[in-house]
Amino acid sequence: MNNNSFLDYYNIQDLNTAIHEALLSVMPQWLAILLEGLAVGLLIIVLYAVLAIILIYMERKVCARFQCRIGPNRVGGKGGLLQVPADVLKILTKEIISLKGSDRFLYNLAPFLVILASIFTFSCLPWNKGAEILRMNIGIFFVLAASSIGVLGILLAGWSSNSKYTIIGAVRSGAMIISYELSIGLTVLTMVLLSGTMDIQNIVMSQDRMWNIFRGHLPAVAAFIVYLIAGNAEANRGPFDLAEAEQELTAGYHTEYSGMHFGFFYLAEYLNLFITSGIAVTLFLGGWMPLHFPGLDGFNAVMDYIPGVIWFVSKTFLVVFLLMWIRWTFPRLRIDQVLTLEWKYLMPLSLLILLIMTVCVVFGITL
Amino acid sequence: MTVIEKIQKICPEAQVSTSGDTIVTVPSDSLAAVAEALRNDDQEPMDYLRDIVGMDWSEGLGALYYLESSKTYGRVVLKTVARDRDEAWLPSVCHWWRTAEIKEREIYDFFGIRFIGNPDMRRIFLREDWKGYPLRKDYDMDSNPLNMENEENADDTVEYYLKPDGTVEGHRNILFDQKDFVVNIGPQHPSTHGVLRMRTSLDGETISRIDPILGYIHRGIEKMNESLTYPQTLALTDRLDYLSAHQNRHALCMCIEQAMGLEVSRRVQYIRTIMDELQRIDSHLLFYSCLVMDMGGLTPFFYGFREREMILDIFEETTGGRLIQNYNVIGGVQADIHPTFQQKVKEFIKHLRSVIQDYHNIFTGNVIATTRLKGVGILTREQAISLGATGGTGRAAGWANDVRKHHPYALYGEVDFKEVLYTEGDSFARYMVRMDEIMESCHIIEQLIDNIPEGETRLKTKPIIKLPEGNFSASVETSRGEFGVMLESHGDKTPYRLHYRSTGLPLVHAMDTACRGNKIADLIAIGGTMDFVIPDIDR
Repeated sequence: MNNNSFLDYYNIQDLNTAIHEALLSVMPQWLAILLEGLAVGLLIIVLYAVLAIILIYMERKVCARFQCRIGPNRVGGKGGLLQVPADVLKILTKEIISLKGSDRFLYNLAPFLVILASIFTFSCLPWNKGAEILRMNIGIFFVLAASSIGVLGILLAGWSSNSKYTIIGAVRSGAMIISYELSIGLTVLTMVLLSGTMDIQNIVMSQDRMWNIFRGHLPAVAAFIVYLIAGNAEANRGPFDLAEAEQELTAGYHTEYSGMHFGFFYLAEYLNLFITSGIAVTLFLGGWMPLHFPGLDGFNAVMDYIPGVIWFVSKTFLVVFLLMWIRWTFPRLRIDQVLTLEWKYLMPLSLLILLIMTVCVVFGITL
Repeated sequence: MTVIEKIQKICPEAQVSTSGDTIVTVPSDSLAAVAEALRNDDQEPMDYLRDIVGMDWSEGLGALYYLESSKTYGRVVLKTVARDRDEAWLPSVCHWWRTAEIKEREIYDFFGIRFIGNPDMRRIFLREDWKGYPLRKDYDMDSNPLNMENEENADDTVEYYLKPDGTVEGHRNILFDQKDFVVNIGPQHPSTHGVLRMRTSLDGETISRIDPILGYIHRGIEKMNESLTYPQTLALTDRLDYLSAHQNRHALCMCIEQAMGLEVSRRVQYIRTIMDELQRIDSHLLFYSCLVMDMGGLTPFFYGFREREMILDIFEETTGGRLIQNYNVIGGVQADIHPTFQQKVKEFIKHLRSVIQDYHNIFTGNVIATTRLKGVGILTREQAISLGATGGTGRAAGWANDVRKHHPYALYGEVDFKEVLYTEGDSFARYMVRMDEIMESCHIIEQLIDNIPEGETRLKTKPIIKLPEGNFSASVETSRGEFGVMLESHGDKTPYRLHYRSTGLPLVHAMDTACRGNKIADLIAIGGTMDFVIPDIDR
């Protein structure tokens, strides 16, 4: 049996319990839960905004490197660190315009639906042991369901803007996201099969000995690749960014949005990138689990002292970098090619992977 | 039998004039018969209509037809005059040369000549509610005060036909009906490479019709030229196709020098040829960047700009200009080359040869790029010739149309270079033609750069130049096709009429043929590979 004591080094479950009990001692239970809920909500929003700023800064710097440029380097001293916060301040001061002939209610609702879907899924990410925000026994299923709300926002945004560019962008996005959810669902199922649970924390816990991508060897690696392609499409990023293909549709479904309403779409796009990577890390790369090699006990022990949250965030940013690399290298696909890729290649492939994984698990051919 | 004899056989009253270019005047009644016979000739089919130039002679309105054979490269010019000035009409030749569909619209717009049988007789550059025809000599300059009303574009058009009693009547042709989903691509759009507007009718994502709306930056350069002295007209050529600035000006200088009987020195020929080729590399690098960006690949975009910057620096040192160089003048070039010019050009070519593989690695072999370009937007050889789609677009379809090869000028007759030809006619072939031409241009420059002879760089000319009476023309191969200068002089210090053959107008016209049945995303990619530049279309 493995020595799993390291799991408790940075467990903050005890801290949570202590805070809860301290609050209960001075106030009734409903007030305590309300206060905790507010605090957690605030935490999510702050974390969400901060991560978005980091991601945007990272994207600008990474893409600049790919493009033989320097990227932002003026605002905020060396490296342009304050460029993105300055942009955020600017966008907050911009007017939110209303359009002639638009469906006012749906037009205003759409960005909130997109950001809501994004925050729901964001809340499910396992940051550390005991540091999950939403935990339920069908956690990964909830992530899939909640992320589907986003496409509703995109469709509504495109339709309610009363513009031809936006409707084309929205329909493209709708067709693409609904298609690629199949592949995502199937690859997630493959990993659920391997881990034997749908609870996100338990999926991570099941990888304490070895990450799923190693444990499931061939089918898991194939599933990882399929997941990355489909996840990239879900996040509407290049080479699948045809919903907002600026060279064709100016800005696709959010062409007519301004100010912070546009900001929400922008924010959600970057956070969806983070979430896609976060789920990939959770399913395939062990979530907050440290890197372990069987046999190398000394190495493993050192790895155990690195807190889980650092593991999770650094692994996620690694996958984010991978996705940025893809985005800044490939040209864009065409809508029929996108759908052909999914329905003719990725979907049958993920079904096959699922089948192979089932056989592997049933006959115990996993590492 | 020469072409002229053939024409005279069909139409005995045809007159030949040889002041400047050889021009055969045929009466408007026989134009259709002559056109058909020339087009369908077995030995020398005149299947490429280089341009139609509308004219307002005092005796009447008319047009010059510049024809060329894609088989023998023989050329002939037809001239015809419409009978009645107020009710001017000519037979349309768009059944034999499809490029006439759009060029006749231009003449209708500027001269008011109606073409019988052209299915689409709308104005093309000017507003639909414009009064009068501005290139007529008796046009009242005050007849169109600034109009602040929005322009409504009609969904239908007029086709004129001749009634048996000799009068002209029109009937409506529908362009877009009520059920069509029409999207405006442009005039403000990231991928139209300028202020071009394409009314695109869509069936889902599939294109069913493209109607280009032009004229957003029309500056009336041809009208302006009629009141400018010859050296002054030079200033405007760089503003046509700004990515072929040097080549455009080369054509006009050549035309005027030829009319004056001026022979420029060998040194000038060398410099002009090298500059033309540098300009071509510059343009093709920009083509690569823009095409890749249009297709969503933002990184390779910067590759092209990185190398293009080096060419612009070389231009700047010698000419003082980067985009608009104003370097050619009548009788030579503005100034001698910079002392480091040769060394910098050689360094640049060495550098380009070492990095060009990066371009291919990131884009040419990419599976997404090839599936999006191969087999998409096909123009067959016949279509390309009929549409007058010259340059890389025609050569991608297997039409050998390089003016440098078939009508050599400057030093192109002496240097060794290959005319890049592909046969597929699709977007990928158009892309590869340009990429290969970059290497051919490097090859041409390398042959010349070390051998520039000593000599005069600028012949002294009078500040006021008067050309002899007659029609003169010159054509060069610019970065994106054949650019022509058609000049009619009446012996004054200003041209009577100076027309430019736009390289981009036939390409925009070809968009409808190439794009139908493809997706919107293909429209952008096809437009990118056609490589048109708007100021050259609008003039």
